[in-house]
Amino acid sequence: MDLFVAIFTGTIIAATPLIFAALGELVVEKSGVLNLGIEGMMLMGAAFAFGAVVAGYSMPVAIIAGALAGAVTSLLFGVLALTFLTNQYAAGLALAIFGSGVSAFLGRGFGSAPIEALQRIHVPLLSDIPLIGPLFFHFDPMVYLALLMFVVISWFLYRTKSGLVLRTIGESPQTAHAIGYPVIKIRYMAVLFGGLMAGLAGAYLSVAYTPLWVENMTAGKGWIALALVVFATWRPLRVLLGAWLFGGMTILQLQGQALGLAVPSELLSALPYLATIIVLVIISQNRQMLALHFPASLAKPFRPAT
Amino acid sequence: MRVGAPVVATVLTLIVGSIFFAALGHDPLATLHAFFVAPLNSMNGLSEWLLKASPLILIACGLAVGFRANVWNIGAEGQLIIGAIAASGVGLFWPDPESMLLLPLMFLAGMAAGMAWAAIPAFLRARMNTNEILVTLMLTYVATLLLSWLVHGPWRDPAGFNYPQTALLPVGAMLEPFDYSYRLNPSVFITMVAVVAMWLFTDRSFLGYKMSVSGAAPLAARYAGFRESAAVWIGLLAGGAAAGVAGMAEAAGPLGQLSPQISPGYGFAAIIVAFVGRLNAFGIVLGGLLMSLLFLGGEGVQMTLGLPSALTRIFQGVLLFFLLAADFFIFYRLRRVREKA
Repeated sequence: MDLFVAIFTGTIIAATPLIFAALGELVVEKSGVLNLGIEGMMLMGAAFAFGAVVAGYSMPVAIIAGALAGAVTSLLFGVLALTFLTNQYAAGLALAIFGSGVSAFLGRGFGSAPIEALQRIHVPLLSDIPLIGPLFFHFDPMVYLALLMFVVISWFLYRTKSGLVLRTIGESPQTAHAIGYPVIKIRYMAVLFGGLMAGLAGAYLSVAYTPLWVENMTAGKGWIALALVVFATWRPLRVLLGAWLFGGMTILQLQGQALGLAVPSELLSALPYLATIIVLVIISQNRQMLALHFPASLAKPFRPAT
Repeated sequence: MRVGAPVVATVLTLIVGSIFFAALGHDPLATLHAFFVAPLNSMNGLSEWLLKASPLILIACGLAVGFRANVWNIGAEGQLIIGAIAASGVGLFWPDPESMLLLPLMFLAGMAAGMAWAAIPAFLRARMNTNEILVTLMLTYVATLLLSWLVHGPWRDPAGFNYPQTALLPVGAMLEPFDYSYRLNPSVFITMVAVVAMWLFTDRSFLGYKMSVSGAAPLAARYAGFRESAAVWIGLLAGGAAAGVAGMAEAAGPLGQLSPQISPGYGFAAIIVAFVGRLNAFGIVLGGLLMSLLFLGGEGVQMTLGLPSALTRIFQGVLLFFLLAADFFIFYRLRRVREKA
């Protein structure tokens, strides 16, 4: 039973940074913008959050610092992609490289000592129920925040007028512009939100998931988040399910290493990346479903006619 | 004007760099000198400059063939690693280490392995409709882990004090330096051939033209009967072949063995080189020389001023930012518009 609890809670925790990053990217892509630089924004978030803790700030301040760092970094991409109408693939790649460099530069002052991780909550009574307590009521607050963000984003995208406008811009910015919506401004807001969420994802990694600083500690999670959005065919619920699937994969792989399975640890470590490829291939077969929810203007620069 | 953007971007990167150094409390001019001039002050510096530029230019040439057709191979780092693994494998385990065929075989093994690694995303994109950006990148992580497993496990040098590295390659499997005082070796000739081959392909061949059309106007290309899948295959295989050969040249050249430090990020930096070079063969040569200087300068200031080598990656990102932004002013004309009352 303990093993079940460990795998279940481990899955939820491992999925949390992916949920933040992929939901943020989902909103960005729904507005018709493709930001490949999640990895860079996550690293910036991780570095700032960790640095804030090392500098003696409280946990909430550190997490907010991480989120803001992600948002500010995303602004660099925004200016290039939205104001300067550059190729969004190239701008996103530049952001990924830049974020990795800046975070490594900042991180050299952090030392190699771990910090005290984000505290898990303890709800009186609820957390003490056998099985149910440890399964559902004994996570750190960021886990619940990720789930709350899922609810908020689903509601925003599909139940509010602003969400409809955002999706319209993703489908046809020309139409939205013609009706009178400020396409570029709304896309900027989406990009900033994506940066904020990637920053949160990074902060979660460095102050809660593995509370120590390692250069390039995201290890491809930003890219896996990108793949998750495709896997989810641009729908929030599937992002959540996909993140749990990958979280579960990560945990099973770690459990396998802990059990000392007779396979090289490198092979187990490669599983999440291989799984990403396989999942992408399977999803890509269903062209109809992809086309149905795919934001038609994705990665196409838009310049309002004057 | 297209030539102007990289120059403007380089100058702006240098300005940002000076401000950055000043903010860190270093004399900006002295630091820029240490970063960009001092490394080239000696014969050894010049040799290192060309030695590092060579794989960057080689890989960028291969990648640019794909980028022109909108085929986004960003996993050259992984293809380089696989090429190095295959070439080192041949070098280490070929029954006759004295054989004249050894180096050519390693060359072919590196190239074939790089191409094979790139063939996976090519097949998945061409036949299975799967995004090549994500697949090439995921395969880079897999390649890194494969390398790590080999040098920690089956291929580890038993006499290597437990360091994660293979035995040194036999002398016959090494690219002999021009002069044993320096590390520059004949792999630069491979790069030169690649530059000319790329120029012939992109600027003088019908197939290269078709690939450019596929990139610039996919609908027109389809209408004209150019197969998209051909562009995908050629684009990815060209990048994989170039990266695989670069991996072979690293293992058989300056390193002489396989270790986790086979590449300081050449595969990723080459993407920037391709863009800075405007996806053009001779532009890429200049871009590669610039990027190589960034690597050298990063190492230089790390040793002389104690600044972290992460600066290289920051400069790479900033350079690409400015280049992309500079393009805007080339492709669009700014006009002052009177605010409507």
